[in-house]
Amino acid sequence: MFSTYPGQVVVDHPVKVPIEHRFDPYVDNGGTLLSIAGEDFCVVAADTRLSEGYSINSRYVPKSVKLSDKTVISMGGCYADCLTLTKKIQQSMEWYHHAHGKTMSTAAVAQMLSIMLYQKRFFPFYSWCILGGLDEEGKGAVYTYDPVGSYERESCRCAGSASSLIQPFLDNQIGFKNQASQKKTLSLDQVLRITKDSFTSATERDIYTGDYLELFVITSKGVEVQKMDLKKD
Amino acid sequence: MSIMEYNGGAVVAMVGKNCVAIACDKRLGVQAMTISTEFPKTFQATPKTYIGLPGLATDVQTLSEKFRFKVNMYKLKEEREIEPRTLAHLVSSTLYERRFGPWFVEPVIAGLDKENRPFICSTDLIGCINFAKDFVVSGTTSNQLYGMCESLWEPDLEPEDLFETISQSLMNAVDRDCLSGWGAQVTVITPDQVITRTLKSRQD
Repeated sequence: MFSTYPGQVVVDHPVKVPIEHRFDPYVDNGGTLLSIAGEDFCVVAADTRLSEGYSINSRYVPKSVKLSDKTVISMGGCYADCLTLTKKIQQSMEWYHHAHGKTMSTAAVAQMLSIMLYQKRFFPFYSWCILGGLDEEGKGAVYTYDPVGSYERESCRCAGSASSLIQPFLDNQIGFKNQASQKKTLSLDQVLRITKDSFTSATERDIYTGDYLELFVITSKGVEVQKMDLKKD
Repeated sequence: MSIMEYNGGAVVAMVGKNCVAIACDKRLGVQAMTISTEFPKTFQATPKTYIGLPGLATDVQTLSEKFRFKVNMYKLKEEREIEPRTLAHLVSSTLYERRFGPWFVEPVIAGLDKENRPFICSTDLIGCINFAKDFVVSGTTSNQLYGMCESLWEPDLEPEDLFETISQSLMNAVDRDCLSGWGAQVTVITPDQVITRTLKSRQD
């Protein structure tokens, strides 16, 4: 006989129990992205670490993609969703090119991305997007999104796993928040320095950020890519 | 929502050249609703030692009184002020006494020892001490504070520069946290004086 405890029900015949089938379609691959708009330039930066839990799947998986000579997209969150979304954007931009005989403007890509994200309102792409580039007047533009397509044009934004560490620093150093001095416009050199400092600091405290930093500098001359080492621990 | 985030609050401490600074926000809330904007979370333990107590407000009040009592008893028995490092262990053992029903606070201690060497540390809610050489952060704003401190802090800051660094770190951090802010209090401790300043910050 089975040993029992008070209240235990011992059943000696097979019982049918429904088997639960469940799958979790989302995974957080970590990573941090950042974009800062200048007077006539835009910087888009992201680390290249791809994590899953406490593991590092890869040390070099770029999160940013050049969409045109004037536009760069950067995405974090679920890497599978980011890849699919990037592919969709690139395909739609190609179709636009064939239909209209011109490259999509940054503002048009921005609007389109919002629609693409909202189209999947009830099964969203798990992606934090930042679109950086130059607008029709050649001025720096940063568009930021939530996973369901709410978007806004801003002067600087950080998203992803270390966003809570970097965003207050950007408020302070780019937006001059809590500083009595009047707003200054920053040069490309200053913006690059602040960007690199942000990431070296975030790498110290965020386990999902590190390995390499990839910077996209968008100017009227086109898109230039820079790479920098970050800590690999 | 975690009980640690029920009332909100932020505390940060930093080491400078022969000085330390400790700062806190002044908000008291019940989740998203602000109840008071005059609720500082740092308390003077000795002339050169401060203790910061972010966490559940009821425990902040109880523990601040409990530590005042214990520090006074220490002074009566030993006929000297408690050293900051000793205070850290007193705080730690007080918290670990309640290992399985903890006080919901994560204290920060900052001060100068008897040789006027800077000392800072923080503990978790059951008293595990983190002796840091640069800065410590605590409270609902800890992520933002880590980002700010990691990029603004540098070694051997003079008292005035340390004040500016800790103030900027705290204010910009709490402005990105709904549960903290509404003014700040900054204390800079040097061998010959203790300066406490109240900062006006964003009221939202």
